[in-house]
Amino acid sequence: MRKLAWLAVAAIAVIGAGAANAQQTPRKGGTLRMTAPYAASFGSLDPHVTPRAQDDIVGKALQRSLYNWDTAANKLTLELAKSVTASADGLTYTYKLRDDAFFHNGRKMTADDVIFSFTRIMDGSKGYPGARYVRLIKGAVDVEKGTAKEISGLKKIDDYTLEMTITDRVDPGYYFFGGSTAILPKEEVEKGNYASNPVGLGPFKFKEHIPGSRVVMDRFDKFYKTGQPYLDKLEVLIMAEAAARDVAFRNKEIDTSILGPAQYVAYRADPQLSKGILEVAEMFTRSTHINLNSIKPFQDKRVRQAINYAIDSNLIISRLVKDKAYRATSWLPPSSAAFDKTMKPYPYDPEKAKKLLAEAGYPNGFEFEWTTSQNESWGLPIVEAVIPMLARVGIKAKPKLVEVTVLTEILMKGDHQTLIASSLTGPDSLATLRCYYSRTPRTACNYTGFNNADFDKLLDDAAQEGDMAKRDEILKKANNLLYEEAPVWFFNYNKAVLAFQPWVHGLQPNPTEITHQYPENIWVDASSPAK
Amino acid sequence: MLIVLGRRLANVIPTLLAVVALVFLLFSVLPGSFISGMNEDGRSTIDPAVMERMRKEMGLDDPLVERFAKYVAATATGDLGTSFRTREPVTKMLAVRIWPSLKLVLAAMTFAILVGVTLGFLAALKPGSLIDTAAMVGAISGLSLSQFWFGLMLMYLFALKLQWLPSFGYGDGGLRNLILPAIALGVGPMALLARTTRAAVLDVLNADFVRTARSKGMSERRVVEWHVLRNALVLVITIVGLQFGSLMGQAVVVEKLFAWPGVGSLMVDSVFQRDMPTVQGCILMIVLFFLVINTLVDIAYVVIDPRIRYR
Repeated sequence: MRKLAWLAVAAIAVIGAGAANAQQTPRKGGTLRMTAPYAASFGSLDPHVTPRAQDDIVGKALQRSLYNWDTAANKLTLELAKSVTASADGLTYTYKLRDDAFFHNGRKMTADDVIFSFTRIMDGSKGYPGARYVRLIKGAVDVEKGTAKEISGLKKIDDYTLEMTITDRVDPGYYFFGGSTAILPKEEVEKGNYASNPVGLGPFKFKEHIPGSRVVMDRFDKFYKTGQPYLDKLEVLIMAEAAARDVAFRNKEIDTSILGPAQYVAYRADPQLSKGILEVAEMFTRSTHINLNSIKPFQDKRVRQAINYAIDSNLIISRLVKDKAYRATSWLPPSSAAFDKTMKPYPYDPEKAKKLLAEAGYPNGFEFEWTTSQNESWGLPIVEAVIPMLARVGIKAKPKLVEVTVLTEILMKGDHQTLIASSLTGPDSLATLRCYYSRTPRTACNYTGFNNADFDKLLDDAAQEGDMAKRDEILKKANNLLYEEAPVWFFNYNKAVLAFQPWVHGLQPNPTEITHQYPENIWVDASSPAK
Repeated sequence: MLIVLGRRLANVIPTLLAVVALVFLLFSVLPGSFISGMNEDGRSTIDPAVMERMRKEMGLDDPLVERFAKYVAATATGDLGTSFRTREPVTKMLAVRIWPSLKLVLAAMTFAILVGVTLGFLAALKPGSLIDTAAMVGAISGLSLSQFWFGLMLMYLFALKLQWLPSFGYGDGGLRNLILPAIALGVGPMALLARTTRAAVLDVLNADFVRTARSKGMSERRVVEWHVLRNALVLVITIVGLQFGSLMGQAVVVEKLFAWPGVGSLMVDSVFQRDMPTVQGCILMIVLFFLVINTLVDIAYVVIDPRIRYR
């Protein structure tokens, strides 16, 4: 309970109308104009095709998956099933599916739709991004390889009962809550133009898509949550330029807007705009990956710790990131159940850094290359600010600027000595920490080449532990060990900031991605100017 | 005339082929691929097995020469391939973007011609006057302005302060949403046209045949209408043609700023995400547009000035 209370305070800070809104009765009707800020277009409205956060903004309105993220409880919850029971070995799950979930074409969802959707995702000739999750189900790999047509681990008991056998003792919720595993109706997909006319189980039904401009959706009256959605219409407007979003928001043409560091300062300083700011510590950890196999000094823990001591992270967060970040005190974010709130960040201590370097055999420091993109929050501006701090302890860092598009490729190839990036670190803590498991290949996500027997043992123990609370305790130890070993410079957790108009209510500070709003909970009061 | 048209069209194919080859080559040496570009926003993760499947599905592992040959063969039949990002035919994606792009370019050019030519003409008729000075200061400013900054200022003034127009978006595709992006895009060509028109008109005003016309007692108005305007137009049309042709490519910044759903914003997204078939399709479209406009300009020369003959 104390943990939940702490998380509520530390990870989720809702400034403004939150508390007052909760006491009001939601008003039916109206239009919400959300924005999609991450690109100048949507990739696809077929959720199986795209892994992009931008596309899932619309996906949350049109589609539904087996699970969803309950922001209020800060955990996964069943969405398309009413209940689930797990076998004693933790490998077989029996879902009682909703018998009141309708697709937008009027047909009821059944177990066949789940089986169809997961089988489609495993089509090996397509490379659907969701395959990485569905592969958890027994026999899914055989479908992917083309040696089977059906996923043996999925069994329809009756129309509304589904048995799923998985290959690993993990919580399947982490695997089946994203848009890339949404449940789609077979008959609509087989028409061949699904992306142009998406039909889903979500609270809103598709009305119009002007590529590069907007997606418009209408309320779906047969949505399974009684009385919801409240809105008549939902528009998702593409606005990739922060400056243009700022003008549009101030001009009341849009109802929500993601803020960057500069705007965050301006909005907080404005007496009116500051009343409508939603903040959350998202599950993205900004860090510099230290490639342990690149140069000799990095193989010594003391050198890596020295880097963490030598950098005044708080100063950078305050001056450059404009406080639009939370100081990282480990790899897992504060919203993770395995996050240890007692952990303290590395203090800024150049003397200790020098001492550690001397102990490691580098009293005069050393030189390394630092790969970076132009990103304002985790790119070149940060690197340039850190270089003099490292120089003070004798470490010479040479920045190497690359386009943001190629960062992942460089990490996978190991073509870096150090590389600053933003990494998705949730919500599945076990999967997140597996990026430091020695047997995880670099191409999967072990970008530092971390190899520690104690850490591996903890992860093995966690994977075997069926009790989720106990598992979290083991993962907490692993996370703390990682912090001690310092295979990265722990910089910050992203503070996602969503500005909203005073007439908007029911927004959720979703730590998995703040733009991913479950729109059935949102309503607008009568002062909204939107038609 | 038909021979002119035939020759121009014959030039189109090798030009397009050269452009396709160049873009192919550029993308082959550019670091990063569509797969790594999927995490361009730093908010997605793709597992290696899926990446391998995608590479195979999209033919990214095939040799460059083989991919190029396949692409050229398909393009010759009107098939521009399938977008890596949306998995839809590129022709389908372009089809919905062309009209908004054309609308924006036409509106920007209309603004540029109306304002630029008028200003240049008035400035040339009274060189050294207040009108001349003001027009040329405006023209130099227009040439120096960043589209992004100017667009933002337009938004700020006409949307936020005056509340006359929407600040962004396509709306219902009508004039209200078109005005601000068109002005932002058209201000550069407008400035260039103003300067060119002024120079061209001044040049013609000092020509021998104009002096002769005046000495014959022809009124100044008739001199301007009959001799000056027509002769100055040849140079002006050249600039109009060049600007018009290149405007679709220049619209990238304006389209992104105003969230205008044209070919430019599609191209910039596709470049960042290394969606090569879509980038190729967009560039082909822009180059084709440029070539068509320039062919029309060549034809216009002959119509306006019968002395011009193509051999």
